Amino acid sequence: MGNTKNKGLSRQQKREVVAYSFIAPNFIGFAVFTLGPVIFAFVLAFLEWDGNNPIQFAGIQNFLMLAGNKRFLASLKNTVVYCVATVPLTLVTALALAILLNQKIKGRNFFRTVSFFPYVASLVAVAAVWNMLFSPAKSGPINMILYNLGVAAKNLPKWSADKDWVMFTVVLFSVWKNMGYYMVIYLAGLQGINSELYEAGSLDGANAWQKFRYITWPQLQPTTFFVTIILTINCFKVYDIVYMLAGGSSGVLNESAIVLVYHIYEEAFRNWNLGYASAVSMVLFLIVLVITLIQFRGEKKYAN
Amino acid sequence: MKIKNTKTRTLRVILYIVLILMALVMLVPFAWMLSASFKLDKDVFIFPIQWIPHNPRWQNYVDIWNKIPLAKFVLNTVKLTIIVTCLQLLTSSFAAYAFSKLEFRGKKVLFLAYIATIAVPWQVYMVPQFMMMRAMGLADTHLAIICLQAFSAFGVFMMKQFYDGIPTELCEAARVDGMSEYQIWCRIMVPLSKPALSTLTIFTFVNTWNDFLGPLIYLTTESKKTLQLGLRMFISQYGSEYGLIMAASVLSLIPVLIVFLSLQKYFVEGVASSGVKG
Repeated sequence: MGNTKNKGLSRQQKREVVAYSFIAPNFIGFAVFTLGPVIFAFVLAFLEWDGNNPIQFAGIQNFLMLAGNKRFLASLKNTVVYCVATVPLTLVTALALAILLNQKIKGRNFFRTVSFFPYVASLVAVAAVWNMLFSPAKSGPINMILYNLGVAAKNLPKWSADKDWVMFTVVLFSVWKNMGYYMVIYLAGLQGINSELYEAGSLDGANAWQKFRYITWPQLQPTTFFVTIILTINCFKVYDIVYMLAGGSSGVLNESAIVLVYHIYEEAFRNWNLGYASAVSMVLFLIVLVITLIQFRGEKKYAN
Repeated sequence: MKIKNTKTRTLRVILYIVLILMALVMLVPFAWMLSASFKLDKDVFIFPIQWIPHNPRWQNYVDIWNKIPLAKFVLNTVKLTIIVTCLQLLTSSFAAYAFSKLEFRGKKVLFLAYIATIAVPWQVYMVPQFMMMRAMGLADTHLAIICLQAFSAFGVFMMKQFYDGIPTELCEAARVDGMSEYQIWCRIMVPLSKPALSTLTIFTFVNTWNDFLGPLIYLTTESKKTLQLGLRMFISQYGSEYGLIMAASVLSLIPVLIVFLSLQKYFVEGVASSGVKG
């Protein structure tokens, strides 16, 4: 049987078998561990399940529960606040850094390496340092510096221990940690700008600001667009930064710092409301989907 | 002319001052970490900051190995990172070759499935994924972390992009010479795609080494935990042992620092090209 089948294979069929053998190792893993769960996620949002008892159909019940859940609303609000603050701040610092590091200067590679390192450094370790540097106590190094600069002891910020300062601290950390990554993208964009444009600008007597305003900024528009999209998506996925800076030793986030992914995590793995957690996931998915669709439209625009 | 010269010179000076300030902001936390790792807990918060401790306490670097099973954590992480990186490189470049250079039925649909899931963040499907792994008996195993990380759509996509840039004539010439597809992949494509493979290596390495949420969900037994998880566990248990926490943090950064410094070029190129293509 196997023999006749082999004989019966045409050249084209043989080639296809070879092609499938290339795809299979990755695709089987991908289908089982990614594609399957993705499809399952959409179904689960309409079910009620605690992981042990029989699954029940819940219709849109899970989605209706969202509106009444204080922690969900707080997490949505905090995530949006985090994005709105982080995206422009990271963008501006990354662009400024890229422009500085695109000049002909000594030690350029050193400065590039230095500004990129926080991005690859492990989060747990750098978050541990930040928690100590930004210790809410008066003896915390940053507070000590502020105190010596003349800030009264009672006005010293309590950083992540204060519900009004916690998101600010998280944003500050996030900008510090990630700007190097976006700086590299901007550097590539800057290097793609035709130098003749600057020469022409110089001939016309343009100063540095005018060159930035009329040459660099417009030329970088596709890069800025791309960076904004990636940054926004990454901001909506935020979890571990907040968990480590604001979670304390118990790793529980209260309503002043809770974010969407944390809400998914706690509902699924602490409360075992798997259907509800998936409904929250769908909210996250929809947000990312909308941003991705904007990206597709933008790509078409900039491709022309 | 002279006025212009002094003006550009002042600008240069300002530029360097800004850059040095920036470098300080980026580096000070690491310097503080290193400095604190050699101190007694009571000396960590002394002000003004003592950057170079008078009596460096090397003992911290000895104690940390006994306080928590650090060696076990490191071993687990190294094991996971190496397996995931190898699997990722091998299966992605294998699949990408077929997507880029071979013709077969269902190619478009299969590739679309990869692309579609790139747009879905892992956080969206982590819950059903965990339930599936649990049903397969993979909860609290390293195998779960491997399965989770090793078959990313991103790897296939990235390698395909690179292979698309290699002329198809090269493969055709090799076919005429009687090479099989496997030989073409092994002897032509892999050597040519070293830059892309290096980029993928460093991305996968850093991601797996630093991953937190994945191990947090899956690994519950202490002896199976990764370095990041173990470090975090140590911090929440011994929150006031500042010197030891910093010593452990320094140790956890060293491998990433080495890989980053030696493969930096590929990393930067990888990030940069993702931006240009975007």
